[in-house]
Amino acid sequence: MSQLDYLAPASAEDAAKALAAGGDTARPLSGGTDLLVQLRAGRLKPGLIVDLKKIPGAIGIREEAGGFVIGAATSGAALGEHAPLVRAWPGVVEATNLIGSTQIQGRASMAGNICNASPAADSVPALVAARATCVVVGPTGRRTVPVEEIPVGPGRTSLAPGEFVLEIRLPPRGFHAADAYLRSIPRTEMDIAVVGVAVNLTLGVDGVITDARIALGAVGPTVIVAREAAAVLVGTRAEDDVLARLDEAARAVCRPISDKRGTAEFRTKITGVLARRVATIAYARAKERI
Amino acid sequence: MTDVLDRPEAGDTLRVVGTRPARPDGVDKVTGRATYGADFTMAGQLVGKILRSPHAHARIVSIDTRKARALPGVKAIVIGTDFPDQASEELAGGEGASNIRDIALNCLARDKVLYQGHAVAAVAATSSSIADAALALIDVKYEVLPHVTDVEAAMAPDAPLLDETRFTTGLETKPDKPSNIASRMQLKRGDLADGFASADVIVEGRYITPAVHQGYIEPHACVASFGADGQCQVWASSQGQFMIRAYCAKILNIEASDIRVTPAEIGGGFGGKTTVYIEPVALALSKQAGAPVKIVMTRDEVFRATGPTSGAVIEVKLGAKSDGTIVAADVVLKYQAGAFPGSPVGAGAMTALACYNIPNFLITGYDVVNNTPKVAAYRAPGAPISAFGVESAVDELAEKLGMDPIALRLKNAVHDGDKAAYGPTFKNIGYVETLEAIANHPHYKAPLGPNQGRGLAVGFWFNVGGESTAAVNIVEDGSAVVISGNPDIGGSRASMAMMAAEVLGLPVEHVRPIVADTASIGFSMLTGGSRTTFATGMAVTQAAQKVVEDLKRRAAEIWDVAVDKVEWVNGSAVCLDAAKAKPDLTLAAIAGQSAKTGGPIGATIALNAQGAGPGFGVHLCDVEVDPETGHVSVVRYTAAQDVGKAIHPSYVEGQVQGGAVQGIGWALNEEYVFDGKGAMENPGFLDYRMPVASDLPMIDAVLVEVANPRHPFGAKGVGEVPIVPPLAAVGNAVSRAIGVRMHDLPLSPPRVRAAIDAG
Repeated sequence: MSQLDYLAPASAEDAAKALAAGGDTARPLSGGTDLLVQLRAGRLKPGLIVDLKKIPGAIGIREEAGGFVIGAATSGAALGEHAPLVRAWPGVVEATNLIGSTQIQGRASMAGNICNASPAADSVPALVAARATCVVVGPTGRRTVPVEEIPVGPGRTSLAPGEFVLEIRLPPRGFHAADAYLRSIPRTEMDIAVVGVAVNLTLGVDGVITDARIALGAVGPTVIVAREAAAVLVGTRAEDDVLARLDEAARAVCRPISDKRGTAEFRTKITGVLARRVATIAYARAKERI
Repeated sequence: MTDVLDRPEAGDTLRVVGTRPARPDGVDKVTGRATYGADFTMAGQLVGKILRSPHAHARIVSIDTRKARALPGVKAIVIGTDFPDQASEELAGGEGASNIRDIALNCLARDKVLYQGHAVAAVAATSSSIADAALALIDVKYEVLPHVTDVEAAMAPDAPLLDETRFTTGLETKPDKPSNIASRMQLKRGDLADGFASADVIVEGRYITPAVHQGYIEPHACVASFGADGQCQVWASSQGQFMIRAYCAKILNIEASDIRVTPAEIGGGFGGKTTVYIEPVALALSKQAGAPVKIVMTRDEVFRATGPTSGAVIEVKLGAKSDGTIVAADVVLKYQAGAFPGSPVGAGAMTALACYNIPNFLITGYDVVNNTPKVAAYRAPGAPISAFGVESAVDELAEKLGMDPIALRLKNAVHDGDKAAYGPTFKNIGYVETLEAIANHPHYKAPLGPNQGRGLAVGFWFNVGGESTAAVNIVEDGSAVVISGNPDIGGSRASMAMMAAEVLGLPVEHVRPIVADTASIGFSMLTGGSRTTFATGMAVTQAAQKVVEDLKRRAAEIWDVAVDKVEWVNGSAVCLDAAKAKPDLTLAAIAGQSAKTGGPIGATIALNAQGAGPGFGVHLCDVEVDPETGHVSVVRYTAAQDVGKAIHPSYVEGQVQGGAVQGIGWALNEEYVFDGKGAMENPGFLDYRMPVASDLPMIDAVLVEVANPRHPFGAKGVGEVPIVPPLAAVGNAVSRAIGVRMHDLPLSPPRVRAAIDAG
């Protein structure tokens, strides 16, 4: 009969070695809120589970060089309780805190959300908008990779055998900057994004947007960085006519599918609606900081 | 907050009935001690698992189980042909009659699989992983056939036929070609053409509701043990242990008295646990293996292979005078039955116009088989579907006439003495009182905000009585045990204990209610049809009354007075014989010396309760629609219902709230989604979207008490009425909020946004 081994290495290097040795059937475990569900449903039959939580730094948030370093297995609940992080990156935290339920928040991690590679992952658009990076550890060493380069398609990542995400790094936060995230779901919680939009803005002292980055979730096989839509915002104060152009520009880059969760047409329309609403929230947050 | 109208009169001396004691099953449930279907285990028990069809429609060419049998740890394998051949036979046992051959074929297919998820074979093994491996080793060869899931596509003359020998029944002339339309039924009154000719205003609409599941939290689970001497035991979660006994006995050809079924605590049924799926299979596996077998369904199996209720198309045409008098109604109901006949279209037709006095009507119902799971009863089976069509049409009529929706319904309302659209004459109904309760509720006049709409809808359910047995036994310390045979799905233990306590004059805490196995109490029909508090409550009340008569006789014997000189007051015998001034004898005092007065004290009553009172509900719903996303929020909801007499008002309110919530889910986001191959795409609670708590406001339950004089305390069934109005109440609210009449459920964001865009 099939066998399932479990290891909880005390160093990142040991974890990488174990994962590499385990080959295709080895899986890293952080919160387990995706892995254990897939295992129980029979969709995944791993031969080895490597628990990352015993690695020093895998759980926890530290401020470093003006930015934040978040351990791969840090729970959503821990992010929500970290006041400096919430103040600097409210959009990243609110996106992560939308995953699952209160119980799930006690375990679910951003690294897991990234590596599960669902196009509908809530934290990923917010991390991409924030220009977050991942520290990836593998048998041959460490590399730093932008978050948007980790998922390459539904359920698929760019990680090589033996590689796993050890940390997520959020860059230093400038002045007058804020981010926000909204998703559309049929219910009010416990659901999967039909569309998710993250906006990250920096303002000048005059309230004019100097930098904007917009990421769209669930409207393509991976998160879409909407550069043209972001460009619409730069140099403006997010006035109504600007938001109307933003709506159009956001819709223009959507490449959604129609499925049980929503039609392509609906997803595209909602992307425009959410882009306007999220930009308005992010702008208001940033403006308060002037 | 809850209003209870018609409080007991000053002369009403009820002490227990109508109060809100702590529920007798509450502590076990909130502490996790309650034993549900999957919680029961036996020494040496095997794990049973079921192999299911990957195809929506296919002929089974062969099933080769040899490799699976050879796997170490596999102790038994059964397939459909291991069950004895069944004649086609209608058997009363579930909620209404069911065909025993169809039930057997649904438990394990024989020649054909009729839906994706249809059971094909079952294994029992020493572990879950061995059972899984064994299922993978069973080689089934299929000849895949064209399939049909949509109801109207299934009715088409060229549709793939599920059964080439099925001819539509209920037509004027016998058809010459087989059809997926199992039967057609009609209800009519007056002359439809004359009625529409006399109408000033006509509304016409075609409505669609998807198949939806009951969504009980507890998956089906059982343990079965087949003894070497042929005596069997089954522990299972269901709405009727006697139903399980009857079906297993028939399917396996066992004498019913050789099967003892013990009901587990039930984690929701809503009608969906009124039939068998796994119990006969577990018994057959246990017989072959010589060991107990436990089967626990996964959520995926529950969605793919149990329940749901029908998806349907409802066509409604109404004609009315300009003063609002409805003069004609033409209603066509097309209900999916799933793999075997038996959709609830009959009840849908009978309830469709039950709230209205209409001189000319025709209701036509079609029971249509298709390649989806066989439908099971779901709370007021069939009624919410037809009510969605009719109540949407009545709302459109009110808008067209410029009439208040309650005034329009009052104008056409049924009253005592009116002949119901489905036949009988109404007595002691509280429909008008319930309409007035909403008309007088502050909600009805509360202002609406931007993008908000208010919808009203009414609903009807028959409620039934039927056969029940109950026993009341007095314990030597003066407490009492009430034994019934109805699984408690909505508070029946509390109401049984309260009715017995009322009659005995005991505090309810001294009355312990239990639900017994099939060998420990006489027959009761299953818990369904909102019958238990009415019918089994009647048996409990009569048993308690019989005990009181016996207690009075014993007191008379102890005191040496005539029986008519003894009165039973607040749990004690009181001597009325002035010549023999005796101190009162408490129940405990009489029980303590029962040996001297004839032995143990107790009574059993078996009856067939008649005279269940029908129930009416009126629901009022406010929604707010986000015009850009199409998202609907229910912001206020008030549900009024004629409940006869609320035995335990908190439980009755819970029933009204729960029914409303299930109906709101049906209206907003729930639906079976099938792919092009007829496979269900959303067999889990992530994508089968039942409402979560944060989706809902508090449901304000208003209990209207118009007593049913045929029940000792005036009770009417309450559990099913509240799911009848919400589909249309929500639909009418959304239609009024966005100014577009919504015809198709669910009212999910994509559909609502599309309707807004289309204007």
